[in-house]
Amino acid sequence: MIAPLRRPKRKNPILRTRLPLLPPWARSRAALGLTAAAALGRFELQVCAHCGAVQYPPREACHRCLSDELKWREQSGSGELISTTTIHHSHDLFFRERVPWRLGLVRLDAGPTVVAHLHAGCAPAPCRVRVDARLDKSGQGVLLAFPIDEVPNMADDLELREMTCDPKFRKVLVTDGKTAVGQAVVRALIAAGADLVWVGYAEPWKRFPGFEQIEALPQVSLLPLDLTDSRSVKQIAAEIGGRVDILINTAEVHRAHGIASRGGVDVARAEMDVNYFGLLRLAQEFGPAMRSRGADGQSSATAWVNLLSIYALSNYPPHGTFSASKAAALSLSQCLRAEMRAGGVRVINAFPGPIDDEWNQMLPPPKLGPDALAKALVKALRDGVEDVYPGDVAQEWFARWQENPKILEREVST
Amino acid sequence: MRKIGDTRDYRDVVLTAPVTVPYVRYSIRNAHWFVARALLRLLKESGLEKSDIDGLSVGSFMLAPDTAIGLTQHLGVTVRWLDHIPLGGACGIVALRRALRAVQAGDAEVVACIGADTNHVDSFRQSLGSFSVFARDAVFPYGSGGPNASFALLTSYYMRMYGATREDFGKICVAQRDNALGYPHAMFKKKLTLKEYLNARPIADPIRLFDCVMPCAGAEAFLVMTRQRAEALGLPYARVRSTCERHNAFPEDPIQTRGGWVLDREHLYGAAGVEPSDIDFVETYDDYPVMSVIQIEDLGFCEKGAGPEFIRRHTFTTDGSFPVNTSGGQLSGGQAGCAAGFLGLVESIRQLTDRNLARGVPGARLGLAVGFGMITYDRGLCSGAAILGRADA
Repeated sequence: MIAPLRRPKRKNPILRTRLPLLPPWARSRAALGLTAAAALGRFELQVCAHCGAVQYPPREACHRCLSDELKWREQSGSGELISTTTIHHSHDLFFRERVPWRLGLVRLDAGPTVVAHLHAGCAPAPCRVRVDARLDKSGQGVLLAFPIDEVPNMADDLELREMTCDPKFRKVLVTDGKTAVGQAVVRALIAAGADLVWVGYAEPWKRFPGFEQIEALPQVSLLPLDLTDSRSVKQIAAEIGGRVDILINTAEVHRAHGIASRGGVDVARAEMDVNYFGLLRLAQEFGPAMRSRGADGQSSATAWVNLLSIYALSNYPPHGTFSASKAAALSLSQCLRAEMRAGGVRVINAFPGPIDDEWNQMLPPPKLGPDALAKALVKALRDGVEDVYPGDVAQEWFARWQENPKILEREVST
Repeated sequence: MRKIGDTRDYRDVVLTAPVTVPYVRYSIRNAHWFVARALLRLLKESGLEKSDIDGLSVGSFMLAPDTAIGLTQHLGVTVRWLDHIPLGGACGIVALRRALRAVQAGDAEVVACIGADTNHVDSFRQSLGSFSVFARDAVFPYGSGGPNASFALLTSYYMRMYGATREDFGKICVAQRDNALGYPHAMFKKKLTLKEYLNARPIADPIRLFDCVMPCAGAEAFLVMTRQRAEALGLPYARVRSTCERHNAFPEDPIQTRGGWVLDREHLYGAAGVEPSDIDFVETYDDYPVMSVIQIEDLGFCEKGAGPEFIRRHTFTTDGSFPVNTSGGQLSGGQAGCAAGFLGLVESIRQLTDRNLARGVPGARLGLAVGFGMITYDRGLCSGAAILGRADA
């Protein structure tokens, strides 16, 4: 039985905030394949292209035929839990604070035996389980064995919660609530059980469509926040920065121009000012406080979500300057991810395809609806992934980009 | 698996000068210091000069960045045969096998085999994360219980499959503590009761505190030389009747319940010309009690899975029906890194040459020392064993 998560008590401000620790982080290069897949929410193992052997732990050569043609391939994860233990003592500081901690040995149907974290819903060995990969607090891929059938309060398992960023009972800042996407994100967070949602809006003297509906939500607190204004960002961070558990940066400027279609740099600069410098301002003001609260009880700081664009991967010339600003933001987000790792705070990048809004008027469907995008963001938080590509267009671009980025560049520039 | 062909016997080479550098829980010295102390003791015990040692074999985890070659200059020894064996619990048996053949072949005349390690306050924790690539990638991030968690998984499985109880394992641990009380170098000096064993602090279920060895610093060593040389020096010696060594046996087993001994025991006993029932005492590699039981099974003292019943039928003190770990083993003596791989050999040589520091096994003529080590991922990869006998056995 898994106890349901309870709303945490108000924090006593006198008590010391527990500093974040990370589980062991070091991995061999081969083992990072597990991390790379887990970052996308996939469980992949090395499969030998020559003889078909599935192997784990990851290696430099096939343990059966010595081929080095090892491909990472998605696994069902089904297997038998053959033995379990509960650790009461650990030499590692991270686990020392978290024992008792349950582990299992699982014989995967695909062949290998794996050491895995064990979801509390798993019955005593022997029993059937499903192994999946997750990112742990250090951002590295680990294996977790789940019960085959859904159990009550599945997401509230203590070991699983160290690997996910569930918004339930958490306080979230959505940086821009003026857009349809921002408002959809706010509603999705509340539906997911968020305790409090601060919603930023620039130019507070202007009413925006949907203002009344958002303001009427009891969990919502509206805040004037302008990402192009360092003082505004600093002021809001001073007010709420120490309480933000999840930050979702939905602010963006999007104009449909390439280089030749518009003279001057004003529009491009406005895009960069929000899409790139806005992220930088937020990261400087909110990053350190969130990073220091990575282990602050049940509702610790846990995630930072960036609304990027699939055009961050490869420039889409009709939206060329927008693409460039998102590519800049992607690069900066990798720096932010590296810095937030020390606090166990996950940086999640969303790479949607064209959103069904006015700036994508000229693009053919399928386009991504704001609600679908918001749902994808909440799912990314719950699954604890690092990168999410919502929508069919994004999925297709990503697949093409993974296969060959140069071919994608030619394909999208015709 | 291909049958092992006939191997040359060891009648012309012998083991002598068993020495121990007494264990300490923590030391500010490096592993080099313990190797040096062991070498000096070997010289004192044998009456040889340093220049008489022309072969050196070292088992150690803590010499880094040195290996055995660094030790030659560090300790001022010039040798014509050198070996470094960082195989943990198997390094004693492996060192023995290689040294015996080197001396037989004339590549060296006197080989000093030394297992030595130090233990600083934080060195055990640090060693866990750097033990192996697989441990770092696929075990250490899962709770960092180290070998405790790994052996807890094996112990739990063994108990479920074969009906072993905590009391069964406890009986071995309590008997070994009894043996340790007669051995001056054992780290544990207090009697252990079954109740204390059962109620000890839980570490990783079903393992509790007294199922775990205590990491410490120390060294064990012996000399390998020709029988003529030993006799000329007037040194009491033990003979080697047969040995075996196997690495990564049964990789397809989903979980470890047996080691390479299963593949090698026929050869081991055949080459020695003895049966398991002829063995007078066994020095298991007891990093956890479940491994002692697995070794007893795999080396033919009972069938696989009959270990629990075997435990209930026997007593394991030096005066018991099946003497095991006559100096207390690692569980009561302490685990001094790679020295643990030498502990059973050194104790066996003492038992068979009447140089006992621990209580002697009455009338012992044949002893079996077992090596096991290197749990780089989910199972121990190295297994080995040696049957030793008295000079006239």
